[in-house]
Amino acid sequence: MDRNRLHNQVASMRRSLFDQGYLDDQFIQLEELQDDTNPNFVQEVVTLFYNDSARLIQNIEQALNSSPIDFCKLDDYMHQFKGSSSSIGAKKVTNECTAFREYCNAENAEGCIRSFQQVKQEYAILKRKLEVYLQTVRQASQTA
Amino acid sequence: MGMAIDRDDTQFHVLAVDDSLIDRKLIERLLKTSSFQVTAVDSGSKALEFLGLNNNDADDEEEYEQRDSNTESVSSDEDQDLGLGVNLIITDYCMPGMTGYDLLKKIKKSSSFKDIPVVIMSSENIPSRINRCLEDGAEEFFLKPVQLSDVNKLRPHLMKGRSKDIDSSHKTTSTRLITSGN
Repeated sequence: MDRNRLHNQVASMRRSLFDQGYLDDQFIQLEELQDDTNPNFVQEVVTLFYNDSARLIQNIEQALNSSPIDFCKLDDYMHQFKGSSSSIGAKKVTNECTAFREYCNAENAEGCIRSFQQVKQEYAILKRKLEVYLQTVRQASQTA
Repeated sequence: MGMAIDRDDTQFHVLAVDDSLIDRKLIERLLKTSSFQVTAVDSGSKALEFLGLNNNDADDEEEYEQRDSNTESVSSDEDQDLGLGVNLIITDYCMPGMTGYDLLKKIKKSSSFKDIPVVIMSSENIPSRINRCLEDGAEEFFLKPVQLSDVNKLRPHLMKGRSKDIDSSHKTTSTRLITSGN
């Protein structure tokens, strides 16, 4: 009974992540690359993403706090952030990064700061959801 | 091309170049899933080092078999007689220092390596960039995130290199216009 419930939970969480636009097809690519020879591939990539994102967020904060703002550097960081979020299929985060880069190109500091709040927010939401989801996946696979 | 291919005879070695750790992990997995042997490095200069090319003058190169200990390990359980021979280079375009385009130019200027197929990847869909890369010798241009279907396009370029038949050269433009989301 437990196993079925967990599996149903996994399926429903997964569906919701896609339906609500948090993840896109690229995440499915990651799942498809996971197999018996690489059983933790998805978790490994996602963990790399968390680490990378933490670093980039810190760099962007610093860049936004400096005066004058170096928009080139900002764009570079955000390009990296957008790249990695796109590589794992983090759709909403990627979209927010795109919006940020537009403010950056326009050298709109206010816009960048506001937009960055959105990026951080979407990232935090995704991280939380993914952590819960992947934990549930693990539990489901461990349940006999 | 209609050759019967025995997988064991066609263990190709791909050199992947990308400054992003995540993308390196992804491309490595994609390539290994497709039965390629992979060496992944994080910069154009490391790529040149791995090939044994002096960074400064690709024309006047010093060639020596050299395994760069900084590069990530190649899976060594494939018992093929390739040595360090690289059959294809796949590189990101946007990298600090040497871009993928710069790397492409250096490879094409090298008498020893100019015939190695080079594939460029980029997250940005910029037609002028894509055209320039293809015109200057890149075999393919993949938009990121790279998929298994892209990697499947590599084998013909590798078989062309291996086969003694010289087909009329056939460049494919693999530009995928990104529609956002989806």
